[in-house]
Amino acid sequence: MPAGYSPLERARRRQTVLTIVALIVLALAALALYQFAWVTGSWSYTMNLRARQVGALVVAGVSVGVSSVVFQTIAGSRILTPGVMGFDALYVLVNTFVVFLFGSATFMTLSVAQLAVVNTAALTLFGVLLFRGLFRRHSRNLLVLVLIGIVMGALFASLSSFASRLLSPDDYLSLQSALFASFNTVDATLLAVVAVITLMGCAMLVPVLRHLDAIDLGFEGAICLGVPYHRVVSWCLLVVTALVATATALVGPITFLGLVVANLARQLLRTHRHRPLVVGSAAIGVVSTVIGQLVVARLLNQSTPLAVVVNVIGGIYFLALVMRTVRL
Amino acid sequence: MIELSGVTKTYDGQAVLTEVDVTIPRGRLTALVGPNGAGKSTLFGIASRLIVADAGHVTVDDLDIARARNEEVARRLAVLRQDNTLAARLSVADLVRFGRFPHSKGRLTADDHRIVAAAIAELELEPFRDRFLDQLSGGQRQRAFIAMVLAQDTDYVLLDEPLNNLDLRHSVQMMRRLRSLVDDHAKTIALVLHDVNFASAHADHIVALRDGIVVAQGPPEQIITPEVLSEVYEVDVSVLDHDGQRVAVYFR
Ligand SMILES: Nc1ncnc2c1ncn2[C@@H]1O[C@H](COP(=O)(O)OP(=O)(O)O)[C@@H](O)[C@H]1O
Ligand SMILES: [Mg+2]
Repeated sequence: MPAGYSPLERARRRQTVLTIVALIVLALAALALYQFAWVTGSWSYTMNLRARQVGALVVAGVSVGVSSVVFQTIAGSRILTPGVMGFDALYVLVNTFVVFLFGSATFMTLSVAQLAVVNTAALTLFGVLLFRGLFRRHSRNLLVLVLIGIVMGALFASLSSFASRLLSPDDYLSLQSALFASFNTVDATLLAVVAVITLMGCAMLVPVLRHLDAIDLGFEGAICLGVPYHRVVSWCLLVVTALVATATALVGPITFLGLVVANLARQLLRTHRHRPLVVGSAAIGVVSTVIGQLVVARLLNQSTPLAVVVNVIGGIYFLALVMRTVRL
Repeated sequence: MIELSGVTKTYDGQAVLTEVDVTIPRGRLTALVGPNGAGKSTLFGIASRLIVADAGHVTVDDLDIARARNEEVARRLAVLRQDNTLAARLSVADLVRFGRFPHSKGRLTADDHRIVAAAIAELELEPFRDRFLDQLSGGQRQRAFIAMVLAQDTDYVLLDEPLNNLDLRHSVQMMRRLRSLVDDHAKTIALVLHDVNFASAHADHIVALRDGIVVAQGPPEQIITPEVLSEVYEVDVSVLDHDGQRVAVYFR
């Protein structure tokens, strides 16, 4: 029944759909370029390695895109994303402490898959406890939240680096390899496990997407409309934490990637509805990680990590956003 | 009937509401009046489960607000808050459609679309239906939010300062419209009003609040009097009779 929508609205919706299609095409093109261009050496070896890398980039891009848009909505702010709030630094911290407490011997007896599951579970539990408390208490003050996030990110990072200094060199090396599944090889089992976790996470979001539309009206607005606010927010935090863990396991912590991706999605899609937003943001996530990695691997010859390239651009963008918000 | 009994709320040791007993009678237009900071918005917040009271309880007919499912309350009670700021960029139509959320969970039926269109027309928002809220004047925005509340189509409606930002004509129209919702559609409406004369002219029942205490509640004849109004607002008020309407005068 189109009667409820004006011609302008229908044009806007069509535009949103077209943009999503264009983004998906762009993502596929970038993936194809990554997979097939600039092959030197053995064709079959390169194809095999790159397929795994492409898989990792897709999973990470989707995780970052989806988790960031959802997080922005439940945080009620466009400058708060999991990266800005220190979620990925938390991932590194949790892992460091696992190695610190149990030693790398225990760590090594676990299979890659078991490790990924344990990691995701530990981080999700800890993250949800921590951030739920935070949301309850400071849910009204945006700048306080931003500050807390940045301080926590720095705190987690320095705690991790402190703990890692206390590790034996062997433990340290196995931590490094466990933390950032080396992008140059990409373990197939790990990729499979992480892909499954990501898929499950995205599937878990499907039933609450319409609720998220209403949560955009804020705590009071959502409650007035009968949305089970706390249940939906806790649920989303759970999924977001799991998605951040999978993305960080594959490409390492990239603080500002989610911020750029989610805001680009909102800007390009021009809709408040989460079904298109989440899909579009996932596509933009894939486009950015793949193009970023293309630049790093093919233009910069691996001299600069992906995180640095993205954070330079993302950091400037973040500053611009904060300045604009403060001025308003 | 909405019944608040023994409602108490303190913020940082400061009592904002003390043992408040208020009845909002069914099928009537009730006005809540009182000076700034009297606790009117807090009272409405508690009545609509947005704020948790320290003590006391609230029932809407047979429904205990604290225990009822949020969803069920939303189909019975709609609320306009005093401050409405949004993170999302919504058009007027987008916003009004949210009023149907308690009924259709975002999947709008033909019926929902009809109700939304009627609410938009009712508040004279048709020329702006596709404009974004940040492209509207304060009064137009206020009307958009009221349209959303009306689209929710609940038996009970609580409106915190609905006349904010509205000009004379829109204020009068709004009060007439609310009056007709009560008279012709059996709705129960309670609203916070700053202009006691609107309360005098349109309300069936007035509750006067000051410093978190109910100073008086009753029909307009009992509340719109120099004695009660002077006590509530702490200014000298005279009440004139204009063709049977009681008009409070306090301008000089
Ligand atoms: N979240 C809060 N924290 C602390 N004090 C508050 C809060 N909300 C309201 N108050 C205080 O409670 C009193 C009543 O506020 P409110 O109910 O908004 O008054 P009204 O709507 O009658 O003008 C005011 O003194 C206000 O400062
Ligand atoms: Mg108020």
